[in-house]
Amino acid sequence: MVKCMNAIVSYFSSLNPMSLLAQLPGNIAQGIIWGIMALGLFITYKLLDFADLSVDGSFATGGAVTAVLVIAGVPVWIAVAVSLIAGIIAGLVTGFLHTVLGIPGILAGILTQIALYSVNLNIMGKSNIPISYRNYQLVLSASDITAAIFIGLVFAVVIIALMYWYFGTEQGSSIRATGSNPAMSRAQGININVTKVIALSISNGLVALSGSLFSQYQGFADINMGRGAIVIGLAAVIIGAVIGEAFFKKGMNFVVRLSFVVVGAILYYIAMGLVLWLKMPTDDTKLFTAVVVAIFLAVPYLQERSRNSFKKVAKQNLKKLLTWEDSTDA
Amino acid sequence: MLELIDIHKTFNRGTVNEKVALDGVSLKLMDGDFCTVIGGNGAGKSTLLNAIAGVWPVDEGAVLIDGKDISALPEHQRAPYLGRVFQDPKMGTVSDMGIDENLAIAARRGQRRGLSWGVTKAEREAYVGMLREFDLGLEERMTTKVGLLSGGQRQAITLLMATIKKPQLLLLDEHTAALDPKTAAKVLELSDKIITEHRLTALMVTHNMKDAITHGNRLIMMSDGKIILDIAGEEKRSLTVKDLLRKFEEVSGSQLENDRMLLSE
Repeated sequence: MVKCMNAIVSYFSSLNPMSLLAQLPGNIAQGIIWGIMALGLFITYKLLDFADLSVDGSFATGGAVTAVLVIAGVPVWIAVAVSLIAGIIAGLVTGFLHTVLGIPGILAGILTQIALYSVNLNIMGKSNIPISYRNYQLVLSASDITAAIFIGLVFAVVIIALMYWYFGTEQGSSIRATGSNPAMSRAQGININVTKVIALSISNGLVALSGSLFSQYQGFADINMGRGAIVIGLAAVIIGAVIGEAFFKKGMNFVVRLSFVVVGAILYYIAMGLVLWLKMPTDDTKLFTAVVVAIFLAVPYLQERSRNSFKKVAKQNLKKLLTWEDSTDA
Repeated sequence: MLELIDIHKTFNRGTVNEKVALDGVSLKLMDGDFCTVIGGNGAGKSTLLNAIAGVWPVDEGAVLIDGKDISALPEHQRAPYLGRVFQDPKMGTVSDMGIDENLAIAARRGQRRGLSWGVTKAEREAYVGMLREFDLGLEERMTTKVGLLSGGQRQAITLLMATIKKPQLLLLDEHTAALDPKTAAKVLELSDKIITEHRLTALMVTHNMKDAITHGNRLIMMSDGKIILDIAGEEKRSLTVKDLLRKFEEVSGSQLENDRMLLSE
């Protein structure tokens, strides 16, 4: 008993509140960069109603392209731009598999993702390429977290503004219509294959852009850096939506919705920082992420169920039955 | 003007579920014709409209609009010629877009959708005027998400969407069947008004014999994928439900066994 108490005391005394605070800016910077990835996912998951698994691959593609180009001496901004284009091409492939070849969305994404693993390895030539800020001119880096947060925010704001504009245009509207009601879209003359491919391309382009920034931030590109990206992106989108609705009820306009996607990503990374600070094994972080996403996905469903369940009727009637029996007795 | 030439369509060919849905349908509508379509369940009424709209390719035959063969065009490329209202009020509109955005999408039917604004201010004002005529109070709720509206309101909006850009042919597929009787009457009256005002050519499927008789200038009855009755002009004007039932027995040699049609008499 005493031994156990001692263990608990020593566990808590080993936790340093200051280090939690110190790591917070880093969490925020990572959250913003992944928030850009989540904005890309928002396009497919929320607007197009398409769970696009290719993002795990295209995120790493962004990092791979950036690392190889930067090392080859290409200016970093061009490397970022080429990463974006590489992501767009990845999206085109998923779109082609889905629309032209008729492969179901989830499978099309998985195929692109698995193909990109080899493509990324070929781009990099090995599984990990370091790009230190000491040797190369980078857009941002973990060595200066304040600047990284600022630059990340500039990217996020510009992307949100562009998305607000684009999804308000005729073309953007037709993408939103496709996701919400494909039958009506066809009846209104929208070629839903084209709108799907466009949306997938833009989405994967943003994801690769985020991968490019993240490889610079962490100082290396790794073949596995995109593993589980879709789950992290989903976590950001869903956490953002739940928190946003708590603040704004249902009255969120598009800009606010998009902003809360980034907020969701930041909160996710703060939570992740907390988990690591509590000295949970790093091996378990993916498990933790999966549990968080599962909870956030399940809560709205379970709430609806509890409002509208057979058990509730059974309980109600059981109560009434007692009073009904009472009245017949009397 | 619409012309159908010997349309055939069989679903699930070569399986136990094989169903001949359209068995040599030919039909010619003149400009301004308002033709109602009746028939029992599985007679091929909705299939006929889907064949015109290009939901799937026909097995045989041709669909001509203004003399142009559109049989080889996919659904979205036929859209410029057609306005469509469906049975399910959810099907014609996008739930999570506003009334104005839905109308704007329809107003661009058949046009290239580029990077100019999806809804302009001038447009929104024009829509307010159009909806005011409907007298449903929708003109004050332009940015309301359509998903929050009732079935009748959604059908009214779909009707406006189908006709906001004058179509060569308006297809109404039992568009009042999912509504309560009062709302159904209102939407039907609205449809009639729009068709008359814009001198539209229209094809309306209904299961209600009385509606089929009172509306339009022509009536066709379908059974087993064929047109078995085609009544127009003076004969249509003096038609009664009883006449229709008698004619059906004459043509098909059987009683009309369809509760839905008989009950809605």
